[in-house]
Amino acid sequence: MKPFTTLIGVVAPLDRANIDTDQIIPKQFLKSIRRTGFGDNLFDAWRFEDEGSMSRTPNERIINRRFVLNQPRYQGASILLARENFGCGSSREHAVWALDEFGFRCVIAPSFADIFFNNCFKSGLLPIVLEEEIVDQLFREVARTPGYALTIDLAAQTILKPDGSMLSFAVGAHQKHCLLGGLDDVGLTLEHTDAIRAFETRHRAANPWLFGEAP
Amino acid sequence: MVGSTLYDKIWRDHVVLERDDGTCLLYIDRHLLHEVTSPQAFEGLKLAGRRPWRVDANLATPDHNVPTTARARGIEGIDDEIARVQVVTLDANCKAFGIEQYDILDPRQGIVHVVGPEQGATLPGMTIVCGDSHTSTHGAFAALAQGIGTSDVEHVLATQCLVQRKARNMKVEVTGQLPPGVAAKDLVLAIIGRVGTAGGTGCTIEFMGSAIRALSMEGRMTVCNMSIEAGARAGLIAVDDTTLDYLAGRPLAPQGDRWARAAEAWSRLHSDSDANWDVEVTLDANAIVPQVTWGTSPELVLGIDQRVPDPAGFGDPSARDQASRALAYMGLEPGTPLAEIAIDKVFIGSCTNARIEDLRAAAEVARGRQVASGVQALVVPGSGPVKRQAEAEGLAEIFVDAGFEWRDPGCSMCLAMNADKLAPGERCASTSNRNFEGRQGHGGRTHLVSPAMAAAAAIAGHFTDVRELARGSR
Ligand code: SF4
Repeated sequence: MKPFTTLIGVVAPLDRANIDTDQIIPKQFLKSIRRTGFGDNLFDAWRFEDEGSMSRTPNERIINRRFVLNQPRYQGASILLARENFGCGSSREHAVWALDEFGFRCVIAPSFADIFFNNCFKSGLLPIVLEEEIVDQLFREVARTPGYALTIDLAAQTILKPDGSMLSFAVGAHQKHCLLGGLDDVGLTLEHTDAIRAFETRHRAANPWLFGEAP
Repeated sequence: MVGSTLYDKIWRDHVVLERDDGTCLLYIDRHLLHEVTSPQAFEGLKLAGRRPWRVDANLATPDHNVPTTARARGIEGIDDEIARVQVVTLDANCKAFGIEQYDILDPRQGIVHVVGPEQGATLPGMTIVCGDSHTSTHGAFAALAQGIGTSDVEHVLATQCLVQRKARNMKVEVTGQLPPGVAAKDLVLAIIGRVGTAGGTGCTIEFMGSAIRALSMEGRMTVCNMSIEAGARAGLIAVDDTTLDYLAGRPLAPQGDRWARAAEAWSRLHSDSDANWDVEVTLDANAIVPQVTWGTSPELVLGIDQRVPDPAGFGDPSARDQASRALAYMGLEPGTPLAEIAIDKVFIGSCTNARIEDLRAAAEVARGRQVASGVQALVVPGSGPVKRQAEAEGLAEIFVDAGFEWRDPGCSMCLAMNADKLAPGERCASTSNRNFEGRQGHGGRTHLVSPAMAAAAAIAGHFTDVRELARGSR
């Protein structure tokens, strides 16, 4: 996983609540057995006027000029600003892969759906929860300031605004550690192999029916 | 000392270790796999040179991508080349790692959340995960069952653990009894209508109360299935005789002495009366009528006796905005009675409502009637065993005689990854769980209903109160 340390990025506003993972990456693009190739179809039904398929590239599509992410001022944005319950619905991690591949490294919203929130950390995407009023304020500032950018410092857990003011945000210590170091969660867990084995032995003794016969 | 909730108990029984910041390593007893969210996880495992930690904890079946016709052709019957590769990849990965799979031709194949309980692979007190958000279904058995992303699929394969913080405890108590003609689906839609799609975010919901206790296991699975639509990663229902009766004798359930010992251990799987709840909600089942969603989120739901609402009536600007977008997408006018909305397609299936009891309820409505002209109605059983049982009980015949199409098991038009989908603008009465934009096909319009309500809509050609249809003549 690529590390996340500091990010200076343009903010793209997506002013909708309950954006579900079916919108972030529609199911017709989930048929791949790889982790890549999803960015072209991020928010597919909103970014394009026509129906997409896995074999068609964005160049062959009809762009929906009204959709906010297609506006010239938000090209190259790496911070997505959204409303409450972002990432609800399906557990598809493809949603995170698509956001990442499209160029987003951070999503700011008043709340996230649990599975999506958790998935973000596995691909180096930082989800930041800010209070509704602060998010509201950010939406207003982004709207009136072309090129509006934020500087996000994960180690310090701060967001520097263009006017020089600073916001702070919360992040779990373990998730922060993994993100800063670009660490593989599996490797970290396997450092506890002995603890897992010991647990397993106790657990099997108490609940033998949970363990099938060894294959 | 305050008592524990059911969630507290299962959680505590599975914590391997806790870090300073509260994140835990949670031991996982059962891992279910399907073809869409597992290939990248197996790939990661291979790249790192790792093996599954405990092979016998895993069980796989292809469901999302499988066709619902021409099943005898097996993998060759999947016309979509890219989809076929996913199913072939699952086969290959299961073979390579020795993981048990009910493959596309196996009589036990079906939707992973129907298959698990049916085979007894889902047991009370277990921690269960699957790369699928509707893993919450298995909570009906007092199992802590959660959907995970693909990286966590790899993590669980490699370590048998999930890295997680404990969620909060939410209690949803449903008092009274559901009136005749009102199903578990109506109950859970009413709950979501009440708490909203983010109402359970950060929580594990336990459903309790007389109306929940009265539900069959099938009904309880329908309720827990849609916990995720209320924002909760997991839903739970305590163990009782209904649970034990369902599980006794299932192929993978313990037998003999082990069963007796297990059943005794499971008897403590309920919340203590003095347990502490972070959130509490109470609903009266007697007041619930058959539900129909009118928007593009499961929380946008009303009783069949209501009219499409006017967005202007929503106080909160964000809710108003959501409602007007939803109406535009759904092609609906405020004030239209829900019972006057005409439909093009009907889908009876999915992990929410494709078990035998669901098919019985739909067949009861379809018996001796005809699907309205111009309506295409699919019945897609949740698994091979459900399909065979429905055929043995004569339900398949009732459906076919009434003009429904009787298909092979899979996810089908719940998410329309296979050939079963809505065309742009088509309107569907669906027993599935998500009415998101495009969920059942690009531009398709989905209304979530119970199996009986879906069958009634198929017959009438528009939504209709199944209780009135039942009173009328055939
Ligand atoms: S039936 Fe639908 S909700 Fe259930 S697992 Fe399949 S796609 Fe997901």
